[in-house]
Formats: sequence, structure tokens, C-alpha cells
Amino acid sequence: MMKASGFPYVVPMLLLSVAFFATPLAVLVGFSFSGSAGFTLEHYGRFFGDAFNFRVLVNTARLGLETVVGTTLLGVPIALLYWHSGRTARQVIIFLTLIPMLTSNVVRTFAWIVILGRQGPISEALMALGLTGSPISLMFTEFGLLMAMCQIDLPLIILPLIAILSRTPVQFSEAAQISGAGPWRIFVTVLLPLMLPGMLAGWILVFASTSSSFVTQAVIGGARNVYVPQLIYREVGTLFDWPLASAIAVVLLISTGCLLVAMTMISRHKRLVGHA
Amino acid sequence: MRDIRENPLPSFLYKAFVFGFGGLCVLYLVAPIFIALTMSFTSGQTLKYPPEGFSFRWYEALLDPVRSATEHIAAWNSLKIAGLAVLGALLFAIPATIGMTRMRRSTVGTIEPLLLAPLVLPSLVYGLAALIVANFVGLQPSLWLTVTGHIVVFGPLMYRAASVVAQGLNPSLAEASTVMGASWFTTLRRVTLPLLMPGILAGAFLVFIQSLDNVSVSLFLADAQTTVLPLRMFALIEESLDVRVAAISGILIGLTLVVMLVARRVLAPPKQA
Repeated sequence: MMKASGFPYVVPMLLLSVAFFATPLAVLVGFSFSGSAGFTLEHYGRFFGDAFNFRVLVNTARLGLETVVGTTLLGVPIALLYWHSGRTARQVIIFLTLIPMLTSNVVRTFAWIVILGRQGPISEALMALGLTGSPISLMFTEFGLLMAMCQIDLPLIILPLIAILSRTPVQFSEAAQISGAGPWRIFVTVLLPLMLPGMLAGWILVFASTSSSFVTQAVIGGARNVYVPQLIYREVGTLFDWPLASAIAVVLLISTGCLLVAMTMISRHKRLVGHA
Repeated sequence: MRDIRENPLPSFLYKAFVFGFGGLCVLYLVAPIFIALTMSFTSGQTLKYPPEGFSFRWYEALLDPVRSATEHIAAWNSLKIAGLAVLGALLFAIPATIGMTRMRRSTVGTIEPLLLAPLVLPSLVYGLAALIVANFVGLQPSLWLTVTGHIVVFGPLMYRAASVVAQGLNPSLAEASTVMGASWFTTLRRVTLPLLMPGILAGAFLVFIQSLDNVSVSLFLADAQTTVLPLRMFALIEESLDVRVAAISGILIGLTLVVMLVARRVLAPPKQA
């Protein structure tokens, strides 16, 4: 009897969620299909029919995937460093991961403007080394944006990895060592599979974050590299084409949603991720 | 009894990979924060790095009530919105957390994804959806609309932080209190809430930080009068690359560090005897 008594407490938040979250999204979907004569696919036709828009969609997906790969390549070594560190060093690594994560996104974007700019440390270092004669700027390039996105999203993959490793007893790799496995073999056959559920969790967060990071893309990508969030904002803010903006938003919603469902299903697959 | 002729190279390479490359990755993670912080003390007019000299001139420019009036209004708006969002998140998420601890596991599993959905779906899409609905019912973008949007999007963070703590609690503690004759309100006030406090504080911290930093919801729901700080910084960056942005960044980084150090003290698990 005690067990059923909790529901009334949940009602306010459930109502909030339905009335102010689910309903607006449903209205948005409906709006994207509405024309002067009822149901229409016109707005979707306009979106997919325009080569520019389609390229923006592809670019956004590519940026998301590249960021996922980049954060994984940078995050796994940090997780390994954490695994091989003592108590104090572990706390330092967590602290250093939390600082950028809790610092405003706009601040981190600003930092990257300084780093990538013509008078920034990268340009200065390359000039000092004589690799380039004149100052170079990585601003408004896809590579510069990728560098920034990877740093900005890196904590999102480190934290789930660290969460798993901190619960894993050291004996796991010691057992493999006693059985004669070298360090690389332990990494590939013991540590990597252990980290897989954390990686999947991180990939979801990184991809979701990249696909809606408006400021970083707008500022560092510049006017030439346009991504879906700016496209939506431009349709709403300057062109006042709300139905088209809704259609683009629905496409973003569906593509992110499919990816989330796919990754969640993979992360529940027992054979793949073991019983962690 | 290991083979003495074992090749030491793989082991050395592995150490170099973990401690060398891993260390570099940590540097990559933290260096931008350090660069933004040191940039704010430049005496130069531009974003040249390393800075040309040391000065507080950009902090002075930022604190100047005449020159930085817009920034002050934006900061004040952001603080108001974040404070109200935390309050709203508490009002909705804490009862939900308590309710969930009293429900069957399977029921929780059905309802929870609905409550947590705002965390994973792109908030930009939500901002647009909320704007369209507000427009239908005749509401203009405003401070209150922004606050509502932030409660909807960040309330789930409070729920998640508190429910992680709630799941670790022993339900017999509350039962014991009731059996001993305490009313449900006394049990709530003296037993349940104090036990949930670490989760509630962590949740409040997360909601506050996220709300203060949010662009994608405020972009659609805030009107011209309620400029918020991140949007004002975005405008400063786009228009002129004003070095005052560095000073704002410096202050925000400083605040983050202070709050983190305080949180470490407050949220640290009590030392085991």
C-alpha cells in the first residue's frame, strides 16, 4: 500500500512536463506540417529541395560525429591517466575536468577566439618556429571549430569514463598482468571494454551538445560555415519564416532522437557491453 | 617468474602514452580557461596573446556604471532568471523525487524518461516551440517566459541530482520516523529533506550554472529589455571583440572556482570514523 502513495507528489512535475514541454513540441511538429489549406509537406520540400540547406544538415551531422571521435581520442588517455593515478592525482583530474565544464560556454568560446586568432598563441608559436612567415588565423575554419568543440565537450565524455573506472577494482588489470598480458593488451582487452558503456553515454551527451551549441558554431564557424542551429535562428529572427524554421527544427529533433534511441539500445546490449 | 628477455619497449610506450599524451590532453582541456583568465589582465587594446602587459583596466571598464550599463543590466537579469529557475526547479522536482521513492520501480521506469526528456533533446528546438506556443496564446517574450522555459529545461537536472541521492536512502528511516509517531510533515522536515540535502544542493548548483549560461532558450524567449549575460557577451563578441568580454570571462571563471571550492566543503562526504 505504501508503494502507491507516491504518485500525487509526481503530478506537478508531470503536468509541467506535459503542458510546457510535450505540448509545445507537438505544436511545433503540427506547425511544420500546416499550410494555408491544411496538411502540407511544402516546408519540408523547401528545406530538402534547397542544396544549401541540405549541405548545412550534412555539415552539422559531420561536425557532431567528428567531435564524438575527437573527444573520444582525447578523453580515453585522460581516463587511463586517471586509472593509473593515486588518490590525490585522481582528485586533481576530476577538479580539472569540472572547471571547464562549469565555466560558461560563451567564456570557453571566447577563449578559443583568443587561441585561434591572428595574434593568438598558435599563430605566434608557428611564427616563432619559422613555419609560417605571416600571422595565420584558424578562426572561421572548420578545423578551428572542431578544436574548440572537442575541448568544450571533452568533460562530457571524461566524467562517465571516470565514473566507471572509479568503481572498478584495480585487481581487474592486476589479474590480467599476472596472467602475462602486457600493458597494451590489458588496455585493449580489459580497460577498453570496461569503458565502453561510459563512452556510449559520453557520445550521446557530446552529440546532443554539439548539435545545439549555437554560440560556438556561430562565432568560430563564422558566416561561411553554417550549421542547423544558426539556420533555424536565421529563419526565425531575420527571415520570419516560422513554418520553415519549425520544419528544420523537427528534422533536427528527429535525427537527434533516432541517434539517441540507437545509442541507448546499443548501450543496453548485453553481449556488447557485458554486465557492467 | 616473468621472462627476463621480455621486450621493455611496449611497456615504455604505454607509459609514454598514458602519462605523456594523457597529460597533454589534460593540458588541452584546461589551457583555454587559463588563457581566458590571463587575457582579462591585459593592458593592450586587442586580444593579442600572450598579453602585452598587466593591468586592471578592463575590469575597471566593466565596473564603470556608465560605460557598462547594458552589461550590468544583463548580469542582473541573468542572476534573477537563474535564481527563479532554481526556485521553480525546487518546487517541482523535489516533490517528484520524494514521490518516486514511494513508487514501484517499474512505474518509475515508465514516468522517468518523460521527466528527463528536456535534458537530452536539443534545447534550441524547445526554445522555438515555446516561442510559437507563446505567440499563439498572445504572450510576448519576457523575463517570466524565459524563467518558465529555464524551469522546464533545467528542472530535470534538479530531479536527477536529488533522485541519485534518494535512491541510496534507506526507506526504513522515513518509516521509522512515522512509526515513532511523527507526522508526515515532521518526517519530511526532519528526516527526508536533510537526507536529500546533498542532492538538492548539487541540483541547485547545476540549475543555477546552466541557467546563467543558457543561450538557446533565452534566444527565443527573452525580449530586448531582458538581455541576459551570455547573449550580451555573444553580442559584444560579434560586434567588436571588446576586451571587456575578457573581464566578464575572468569574473565568471573566478566565481566558478570559488563556488567549486565551497561546494567541495559543503558536499564532501563526512569523514568515515
